[in-house]
Amino acid sequence: MLSRPGLLFAALGAAAIFLPFLTLAANRIVAGQGVPIWSLAQAAPGLVALVLGLALGVISRPALRLLGAALGLAGLLWLLVQGSNALLSDAGEFARVSPAAGFWCLLVVLSLLMADALGALSPGPWARAALLALTVGLVALLLRSGALSDLSIMQEYASRKSGFQTAALRHLGLAFGSLAAAALIGLPLGIACHSSARLREATLPVLSFLQTIPSLAMFGIMIPILGWIATAVPGAKAIGIAGIGFAPAFFALVLYSLLPVVANLLAGLQSTPPEAREAARGMGMTGFQRLIKVEFPLGLPVILAGLRIVLVQNIGLAVIAGLIGGGGFGTFVFQGLNQTATDLILLGTLPTVALALISAITMDILVELATPTAERTR
Amino acid sequence: MIEIDQITKIYDGARAVDAVSMTVETGTITVIVGTSGSGKTTLLRMINRLVEPSSGDVRINGEATAEMSKTALRRRIGYAIQGHGLFPHYTVARNIGVVPQLLGWPAAKIAARVDELLDLFSMAPEQFRTRYPAELSGGQAQRVGVARALASRPDLLLMDEPFGALDPIIRARAQEDLRRIQRKLGSTIVLVTHDMQEAIQLGDRVAVMDAGRLVQHATPAQIITEPATEFVAEMVGGIERPLRLLSLIPACEIAQDGQIEGTPLPAQTSLRDVLAQCLASGRDAVPVLREDGTQGQVTLAAIRARAQSRA
Repeated sequence: MLSRPGLLFAALGAAAIFLPFLTLAANRIVAGQGVPIWSLAQAAPGLVALVLGLALGVISRPALRLLGAALGLAGLLWLLVQGSNALLSDAGEFARVSPAAGFWCLLVVLSLLMADALGALSPGPWARAALLALTVGLVALLLRSGALSDLSIMQEYASRKSGFQTAALRHLGLAFGSLAAAALIGLPLGIACHSSARLREATLPVLSFLQTIPSLAMFGIMIPILGWIATAVPGAKAIGIAGIGFAPAFFALVLYSLLPVVANLLAGLQSTPPEAREAARGMGMTGFQRLIKVEFPLGLPVILAGLRIVLVQNIGLAVIAGLIGGGGFGTFVFQGLNQTATDLILLGTLPTVALALISAITMDILVELATPTAERTR
Repeated sequence: MIEIDQITKIYDGARAVDAVSMTVETGTITVIVGTSGSGKTTLLRMINRLVEPSSGDVRINGEATAEMSKTALRRRIGYAIQGHGLFPHYTVARNIGVVPQLLGWPAAKIAARVDELLDLFSMAPEQFRTRYPAELSGGQAQRVGVARALASRPDLLLMDEPFGALDPIIRARAQEDLRRIQRKLGSTIVLVTHDMQEAIQLGDRVAVMDAGRLVQHATPAQIITEPATEFVAEMVGGIERPLRLLSLIPACEIAQDGQIEGTPLPAQTSLRDVLAQCLASGRDAVPVLREDGTQGQVTLAAIRARAQSRA
């Protein structure tokens, strides 16, 4: 038996092999020229691993498909390191090498193959956590080893090392800080809405309306409001309130986060089976005991799913903060857009995507751990 | 003793329960039976104040429930409902231990009580203690629900259609279990059902509700033989009434002298079952044991005479 998704991945991967694999440009601004795999020096081992990996992906046994994906990714990495090294050695001083369409397509295809194989193996939450840690560790090792330092994006990184660290910390601060603030406001608000239908009817439309404001407009609206507060309220400036910078970005993200937090909290608390709620009341639990012992634990997976939405959404939205001086990876994206330097844009984009992926997978693991044992094992 | 005194509930001007008074003796089962909308569940829920009465009083052993805090009152009263209402994220042991835990019992005492109750309901503690409700069959979950309601040795057990979600065979077994456990523990039970057969089988007393009013409160035999209104007669089910009556009478009551062949039936076998035996075997009489242990017989003619005598 053959794996149908595997066949699709093999076909797509085979086609991607014929696309330009790397781009060689004279400097960091001008458009480069595509280089196909077969004109790279010492391409053979990498190409063999790639083809073998895609072929293994066709087999129906998930463990072999996973092995295929790993082998393919190793081949891809070999081609990237060997190819960029060889291309640069006989090019000019300012020449830059970047991955091209072929590389990205193969990366996507192999990642999908890996995800498909993992999905079929359906590892438990702890196994997934270990896999995630292993992957992050391997990528970190690879970046530290300097094997990729010939790539254009790594050269952009090398010239902005300290700026990158500041941006990373700021981005994390924006995403996780706004999540924490939204949880601090949203959880009590959601619990209040749970017990009062009138409050619920008044609150949810307002939060839904906030969600419909386009992100750029939201950041824009924050500038005059916070600017006015900074000048009108004594002491506001001292604690960092200003029209531009971190504060407006942070507040905008908090406002966006409230709807998912409150709506999922409500859905979670209301997911308690009616008989269980009736029994809890009939056995003499107080309202608070029902909330803590029954409704909250039973709703926890849905509540955590709300926090997951917020976290992933805010990691992405925080990029826009770069536009209003809020810092974060968005700084590189908008600098890169202004300079038409694609690799600078990628320096902002790739860490954002990685951060969102890691957060999403971690939160999924937490959601599963919060689900009652019996329901999980069924 | 539970005294219900002129209790009334008015919803939007309509009297869901209309000036109902009745007394439930300690150690008995009272079954409230009625059609849907008769106010039977509202009446039950007013006893533990899940519904607040519009007027009237409920007294448990002389204490007015209106003067106790709702939570303290409910922790003294066991409560079992249709579809069991077990907490899906708690194991069987934690589910049963909910009320003792709310009352602050020490953990060792709770654990001992959980095992005692599981034994009482014929569920091996070491096998069931750590299971989750999703891992139980319908009948097992229902038994755990009743065990949970009994956990703190309550003064009173309220049951709202407790067997409603079970299939007929499991339901009959659950009814027998409840009867056996009630006799053993001497519990006081008020049970709500729409099923007259269940009411007659389980109840020491049966209270029939119709449109918010208590139309008859009497022993099962009286309900069958002397229905107070047309409605009660209809509930008892006109044509099946003689059979229902026979199901209440033990065989030894009409056993006559006479030795006939066959294994004698136990003394407490109902006349309905004896009749079924006669019809199945094609005989005019079957051997039964009498209360003193000697053998006698019950004849078809005697059953017919008993069924016609109305009480």
